[in-house]
Amino acid sequence: MKIIVCVSHVPDTTTKITLAADGKNIDPTGVKFILNPYDEFAVEEALKLKEKNGGEVIAISVGTDTAKEAIRQALAMGADKGILVKGEKSDSFSVAQMLSDAIKPLGADLILMGKQSIDFDGMEIGPMLSELLDLPAAAVVTGLMIDGYTVTAEKEVEGGKEIISLSLPCIIAAQKGLNEPRYPSLPNIMKAKSKPIEEVAGSANSPRTLVIKMDKPEKKRMNKILKADGNPQSAAAELVKLLHEEAKVI
Amino acid sequence: MNILVYFEERYGLVRKPSFEAIEAAKSIGASTISAVIVTSDSSAVLTESVKKSGVSKIYVVEDSRFLHYSSRAAGKAVAEAAKASNADVVIVPATGRGKDLAPRIAVRLEAGYVPDVTSFAVSEGKILATHPVYAGKANATIEVTTPKKVYSTRPNLWKASKELFPDASVEKVSVSFDEKDFLEQTKELVLSQGKLDVAEADIIVTGGRGLKGPENWNLIENLAAAFGAATGASRAVVDAGWRPHSEQVGQTGKTVSPTLYVAIGVSGAIQHLAGMSTSKTIVAINKDANAPIFGVCDYGIVGDAFEVLPHLTEELKKVRH
Repeated sequence: MKIIVCVSHVPDTTTKITLAADGKNIDPTGVKFILNPYDEFAVEEALKLKEKNGGEVIAISVGTDTAKEAIRQALAMGADKGILVKGEKSDSFSVAQMLSDAIKPLGADLILMGKQSIDFDGMEIGPMLSELLDLPAAAVVTGLMIDGYTVTAEKEVEGGKEIISLSLPCIIAAQKGLNEPRYPSLPNIMKAKSKPIEEVAGSANSPRTLVIKMDKPEKKRMNKILKADGNPQSAAAELVKLLHEEAKVI
Repeated sequence: MNILVYFEERYGLVRKPSFEAIEAAKSIGASTISAVIVTSDSSAVLTESVKKSGVSKIYVVEDSRFLHYSSRAAGKAVAEAAKASNADVVIVPATGRGKDLAPRIAVRLEAGYVPDVTSFAVSEGKILATHPVYAGKANATIEVTTPKKVYSTRPNLWKASKELFPDASVEKVSVSFDEKDFLEQTKELVLSQGKLDVAEADIIVTGGRGLKGPENWNLIENLAAAFGAATGASRAVVDAGWRPHSEQVGQTGKTVSPTLYVAIGVSGAIQHLAGMSTSKTIVAINKDANAPIFGVCDYGIVGDAFEVLPHLTEELKKVRH
């Protein structure tokens, strides 16, 4: 089984965001970048499938040299080799295009990725790749069963889950809950350093979207704080009154 | 400007975020707003309230195979309807299905796409869409530079109109599907029994580690019942196995924008705030007066949840009944 895992390199979830001087991006100074957490589920699923069926796991990422760190992390978890598509990520579609161009000649049986990367949170790459590669896909997947060419995926939706049937080759975008990603062991981290990362040049059409500005959300909050101090009932009554009469939300 | 809104149907019902999307369309100054329904049985879906929802025309793509929804086939159907309606803009509600569908429509129309839009503005004839990024820690204002434009709109942020408008005309669009379009099919929808989902709820009561253990969750459930709310959980609580991941609110859980968000025993880690900061009114109850959640709330009670919650539940019952 040839399994491709798309990975991205994103700011850590605990990062405090500072805006760049141009007001269109974040300032990456001092920001710790990690392998996108949802991609860890994708890498883990790929490794489990390889352990069961044999084959090869290739981690692929689009970006500059720094994206190699995300690939290296996937290699440390157990992926066999990496591909870095060097190109400018001007918007999501350009990333999908470059991924599609790089993946097409590989003849993959399965393409895995996280359901979204926690930078732009768009959930776009999976469905876009599905269209560009003309392959079936399932997103937000919390359960995956593969039997021959038949694939059954559980997708988390509002109020429950959908059972989606599809067939190999296909694209699966992983959600938390799919598995428990392994921690890379020290020997595997060492081994990952000598695993190959192939570099290919990516090119995409001109971007279809443009970031005009980026700013921090500012919403004025009432910030009325009551103290329960020995009289929780009056605090509770006061809160209900405020919600009813002032905020008018109940 | 012609705008086409995707009406998402599940089990014969057009879901609420679709009607909210009509209001989003109005906010960017549409000259014509039409809708598209992709279904296996349009007679069941085209109810009075759907026809009178304020769109001038409803395009219907009907195929018996949509009994088992396929995102690929639906993407093709909406793209064809967009061409038939000469739409400049397609708006899809950013639901579980919608977020998967909208990028496909964009690829097919060679259109730029902005996901999960929380507001629109029009400036010098350009549509500027706001999309929260870095889990809500920043807002990006994005312009689509292609002639055709696709957006998905976050549920609960626009208020669906209750007015009954004149009947929309109905036009069938015939789309030639091939087998490949249905290579993926939704076989079954398994609903969690009797539970309101946090992603769709108007009011959410979320419990955190302050509840001390899963055995105390009835306090959260009782309060939620008194509010008519869905229950949510913080990451700490989900990681500890007290609650399922489907209830998790925050960066690695669900992003929610209810009218009222009540956080109980939740400290307010930055990952959590990211998932609920667009809520209209935020209430926090926490023992620790220095908990970061108090910095972002509208109303708070510094106090022990175990003491406050039973009273709060009782007080609510007085107001709500």
